[in-house]
Amino acid sequence: MSGFLIRRLLQAVVLLFIVSMIGFAILHLAPGGPLSQFAASGDMTQADLDRLSAQLGLDRPLPVQYVEWLWRLLGGDWGVSYRDQQPVLKIIGAHIGPTMELMLSSTLLAMLLGAWIGILGAIKRYSLFDSLATIGAMIALSIPTFWFGLVIIYVFSVGLGWLPAGNRYTVGDGSLLNRVHHLIGPCIVLALVSTAVWSRYMRSSMLEVINQDYIRTARAKGLSERYILVRHALRNALLPMITITGLQVPTLLSGALVTETVFTWPGMGRLFLDSISYRDYPTIMGILMLTAVMVLLGSLVADVLYGVADPRIERNG
Amino acid sequence: MSVVTPTSPQMLASARRSRWNSPGMRRFRRHKLAVFGAATITFMVVACVFGPMLLPYNDTFIDIRQRFAPPFSGSHILGTDPLGRDILARLLMAGRISLSVGFSAMAVSMAIGICVGVVAGFYQRVVGAALMRFVDAMLCFPSIFLLLAISALIEPSVPSIVLLIAMTSWMEVARVVEAQIRSLRTRDFAVAAVSMGASNTRIMFRELLPNAIAPIVVAATLNVAHAILAESYISFLGYGIQPPTPSWGNMLEGAQSYLTSAPWLAILPGAAITLAVTSFNFIGDGLRDSLDPRLDQR
Repeated sequence: MSGFLIRRLLQAVVLLFIVSMIGFAILHLAPGGPLSQFAASGDMTQADLDRLSAQLGLDRPLPVQYVEWLWRLLGGDWGVSYRDQQPVLKIIGAHIGPTMELMLSSTLLAMLLGAWIGILGAIKRYSLFDSLATIGAMIALSIPTFWFGLVIIYVFSVGLGWLPAGNRYTVGDGSLLNRVHHLIGPCIVLALVSTAVWSRYMRSSMLEVINQDYIRTARAKGLSERYILVRHALRNALLPMITITGLQVPTLLSGALVTETVFTWPGMGRLFLDSISYRDYPTIMGILMLTAVMVLLGSLVADVLYGVADPRIERNG
Repeated sequence: MSVVTPTSPQMLASARRSRWNSPGMRRFRRHKLAVFGAATITFMVVACVFGPMLLPYNDTFIDIRQRFAPPFSGSHILGTDPLGRDILARLLMAGRISLSVGFSAMAVSMAIGICVGVVAGFYQRVVGAALMRFVDAMLCFPSIFLLLAISALIEPSVPSIVLLIAMTSWMEVARVVEAQIRSLRTRDFAVAAVSMGASNTRIMFRELLPNAIAPIVVAATLNVAHAILAESYISFLGYGIQPPTPSWGNMLEGAQSYLTSAPWLAILPGAAITLAVTSFNFIGDGLRDSLDPRLDQR
């Protein structure tokens, strides 16, 4: 097990290295460059630009810049934002909380809802419910998240007036109830895709388990259906779902960016959009790297936990 | 919540039902969805190509006296936007852009993905490993973050958006193709080709690739759906197709501020995107079932 863990960690480090090179290359080889914002504004002379460029180290060869950047990154110095002169790590730290809140709550919702739909679909296979769930999941995967957000706002905020149309809390009121009230809308929107994915995998996982011999044995012993389902089938059917949750991280992050934009949620996704419109390179790089780390961690945790949860899995990769 | 136990009377009922629910029937039902998808796409393409010629308004005509006209209320069938432009005309013109971006991005990303996948699957050692680690690394970036990071740095135009979407969506294809080629290259016909002295290029693209066509077709269909979604996301966020060129995504860009007064501005383009993407997903799913019946066991 520990051999597997070490090998897997090494793989992750190598991947992270490639990831950092890709990210760096994308942002620095693109035309425009970090200083195009200042150049376009017109109130800086070429001499000013050159001086700034030397000050920020942008006049040195790219490989040198890359190595220096990576070195500082490893040392915890993620650079200073061009926009508000604050350390990037500090800015990201201020925005990651709301994003996590959104991602965790919608994952929880998607798990419960998706598992329920999937189990019911597996038990009543090919019933009307199952068919509708199948088609529904396919449609859910096809709906643009931002549009679903607009529809939710239109129905529940504009139409029924039940939910606030955006923001994390009402200014002047930061109570828990108020925050939860604001969380409902974005949480539902972000959970849509994950719910569809969960219900599909849960259904096929459950179907696989139901047809196993030990379920037949349990039935032959005369156990009640409910007991068999909950104690024997569900436990084993849930195992593969650990992996699915870990592999959902990139989808969740992308969804969070869009959801945050629609609901003016002050998270990392909106910070990323703002940084892009300002060409705030250090912040863009920081967030890109952080999301890649989160994706890598997700798949790593999925792999490791799957092995812990199911000792039958053999490790030789 | 009950499962049919072997002794229960429900079993008889389920046996009767099972003819209707046999795998064959199920595949057929699935295919009905695929047929529905194909019909919808055909209809959308025809409407977008010929529709604008039949409409009394073109997509840039500004009917200043009829701004914010709701759908089905007057001479504008689907209403007008804040400038008084006909929504139906704009939807159709936007459809031309969005659908062609979807198809072209699919073509480019399939080309990249197939080349990378074939080479990585054929030369397994250093080249293959390096290419596949690159694929893994690219997949570490959440797609929208990657799209935005690049899109903000290029001059937005229709061709550059196509390239952008292709650059960020070829990785899945490469994985599918690599796995296929890797398993095919040990087959007898491939070994025979090697022993007959065929060149590597010939073996890769004339012998192996045609045998991997089924999963590639499925991947291509799903890729179009992905590309249409990707275009709508970045256009909605303001970094995709730029106005005045309409696309389904950028028609939604300003729509949020009119959600109270003119909800149809947000509802209609989004519905068009959902319909198109769902249709492609239905087709892809149907193709997967019909091209690989083994998957039907699940």
